[in-house]
Amino acid sequence: MADKDIDETSGIETTGHDWDGIKELNNPLPRWWLWCFYLTIIWGVGYTIAYPAWPMITGATSGLLGYSTRAEVAAEIARFDEQNASLETALAGADLTTLAENEELYRYAVAGGAAVFRAQCSQCHGSGAAGAEGYPNLLDDDWLWGGDIENIAYTIRHGIRNETDFDARWSEMPAFGDILARDEIDGVVQHVLALAGQNHDANMAAAGAEVFYDQCSACHGEDGTGNRDLGAPNLTDAIWLYGSDIDSVTETVRNARFGIMPPWGERLGEADTKAVAAYVHQLGGGE
Amino acid sequence: MSNYLKLLALGLVAFVAALAANWARDLAYQIHALLIMAVAGGMFIWVLRSTDDPQPKVDTSGYMDGVVRAGVIATGFWGVIGFLVGVVIAFQLAFPVLNLDWAQPYANFGRLRPLHTSAVIFAFGGNALIMSSFYIVQRTCGARLWGGNLAWFVFWGYNLFIVLAATGYLLGATQSKEYAEPEWYVDIWLTIVWLAFLAVYMGTIFTRKERHIYVANWFLLSFIITVAMLHVVNNISIPVSIWGSKSVQVFAGVQDAMTQWWYGHNAVGFFLTAGFLGMMYYFVPKQAGRPVFSYKLSIIHFWALIFLYIWAGPHHLHYTALPDWASTLGMVFSIILWMPSWGGMINGLMTLQGAWDKLRTDPIIRMMVISLAFYGMSTFEGPMMSIKAVNSLSHYTDWTIGHVHSGALGWNGMITFGALYFLTPKLWGRAQMYSLPAINWHFWLATIGIVLYASSMWVTGIMEGLMWREVDAQGFLVNSFADTVSAKFPMYVVRGLGGVLYLAGALIMAWNMWMTIWGGAKVTAPVGVPAE
Repeated sequence: MADKDIDETSGIETTGHDWDGIKELNNPLPRWWLWCFYLTIIWGVGYTIAYPAWPMITGATSGLLGYSTRAEVAAEIARFDEQNASLETALAGADLTTLAENEELYRYAVAGGAAVFRAQCSQCHGSGAAGAEGYPNLLDDDWLWGGDIENIAYTIRHGIRNETDFDARWSEMPAFGDILARDEIDGVVQHVLALAGQNHDANMAAAGAEVFYDQCSACHGEDGTGNRDLGAPNLTDAIWLYGSDIDSVTETVRNARFGIMPPWGERLGEADTKAVAAYVHQLGGGE
Repeated sequence: MSNYLKLLALGLVAFVAALAANWARDLAYQIHALLIMAVAGGMFIWVLRSTDDPQPKVDTSGYMDGVVRAGVIATGFWGVIGFLVGVVIAFQLAFPVLNLDWAQPYANFGRLRPLHTSAVIFAFGGNALIMSSFYIVQRTCGARLWGGNLAWFVFWGYNLFIVLAATGYLLGATQSKEYAEPEWYVDIWLTIVWLAFLAVYMGTIFTRKERHIYVANWFLLSFIITVAMLHVVNNISIPVSIWGSKSVQVFAGVQDAMTQWWYGHNAVGFFLTAGFLGMMYYFVPKQAGRPVFSYKLSIIHFWALIFLYIWAGPHHLHYTALPDWASTLGMVFSIILWMPSWGGMINGLMTLQGAWDKLRTDPIIRMMVISLAFYGMSTFEGPMMSIKAVNSLSHYTDWTIGHVHSGALGWNGMITFGALYFLTPKLWGRAQMYSLPAINWHFWLATIGIVLYASSMWVTGIMEGLMWREVDAQGFLVNSFADTVSAKFPMYVVRGLGGVLYLAGALIMAWNMWMTIWGGAKVTAPVGVPAE
């Protein structure tokens, strides 16, 4: 390279290379770029001295600040625990039936119960507690197992039809597909629709009434208003857990339903269990 | 003689594939075995029929551009497919009913999402990288591609890998590692293809006629070598049966997570950054007709970039089971990486010194400039999001999705469109693209699409991050997860519309390429430049 190759437009020397017409200017590194680069390196060295960073033989350097993510979150939790300690103890020992009389404790319980509900219960019962098919709506006053605060707490604590808690609420509707003839089932379905005041075939319903009396009234009652001791739903209202059309009701009679709820008492602890009960109780239908 | 060996090998492959299809333990494996049997059988018949035909003389004096032409078409094709699937899954998130009941279990978000990410990164991006590296390495080395038809093996082998991966996702074969979903036999096939790619590339560099190796080639070579290493290590697994697709990962727990994000982050670093910087270093100076701004900057930022990137993976695992020290190092290396990343943007943009006026007249330059701008933006955003305090807000939110897409749609997409517009007329001997106004339309549709996409994801990402962490005075959670999901709905619709605009731009490009190649334009520029 005898002569310097100067780029005419910029007046800057090139490196003299040429690849498929591409040349390179011999510009220095931009100063601001270089200084920013140095600064980030210096900052990086400082940061790794201050925080846990370098792996050694038996463990990593812990950093001058003694920081750890777990300690940080533990401190934050401890701060709230300490702040709430007196209320938490009071709630764990509180009598649910008189909880609402202690205004501060009740407000704390409902707020805490709402948070637990959002994290643990909303997956099935919905974030607004309106339920979904197969998962009861908790906003209305139609209760399968009882709607006073003690009963709600019991359901939360032990769950329903689960195999994990010996005290879980339990009942099992038979699958009438194995017991009744097809036309008997059709009749019962029409009778159930009649009980709920829906469109139905009067002749079939009349025939079904007899079957209902023989087979269903033991749990659902002669008038179909249900039995909370057995978790047997009231069939005379317009509230349906699994659908009100003929196909859904027929499916229920033929194959039965077996809704399960896990027990929460051990997982949530006493205070949170009571808090959720207080929250659910005040949603609208509490008795 | 070689034909007989080929026949033997192809016959064996077809036979074993037939056995595999017969003994297959799952549907994905069975369909893949049938596919491989069909490919091997078809090639067997083709080789058999042409055996003893007189060998046509191949002119090896010029550059090997046939495989680059095929790559240009494949890039455009997979781009449109990948963006289309992206639009579909964006609307599936906004309107869950679009997870069509009758199309289950195939067309749900869970299976289409990896189809989208693999189609855009590996099919669109991968074909773009392979074809442009084949083009660039020949031009900047003054040498024909090494290895004869090995380059064609790379092209078809890679696209077979894509078909196997994509059909596997739909049929439910996945090892559940993000961006490394394909199962063990697909991984093995990709390893073979990738080593062939490395051989072609290195062979061409070894036979170069230029004394020095151009900077684009450093980047492309680092991309090829590192991706090989990442792919092999992250996919170490033991098949449950050689007749089934399922395999078990060798790493477990947080070690597996760390390996995965070492891979995942460097897929971004070496596939989507280093590889595409290699493209940038060729196409920007060529299109601008200007020398590269600074040779020194290219050296320093290249070595700094490849040294630092490889350590930054832990920032994907802040506040997890990963030990604090690894988390700190990941964050520190990510922040030191900021300037080395920007070196590429500076070198690209400053190369336009003396050619800025072309922005007014040349829509291809405009595409390249905006791609560098998005590159600069997302390589600033990335280090910022790696800071633990920022990450505690942004992690798991749509902010991450927005960040990835401003990089992918803005940087990778736009630079690839620029390269396709540069290459298509050159490779098919046309003076220029069929329609320059159409490029302009593509530019604006894509740019507005990205802006809608990125801004809607910032809004919804930061919103959901704030909602998740919101607690009241007593430390109780204020929102349920479902509350955050329903709050995001309007932004999901905006994001989908951004995707529609981006897809519309790509469709215009596909039409423009079609008309340039097959639209009957007269040959107005010489093809087949000799390798010199």
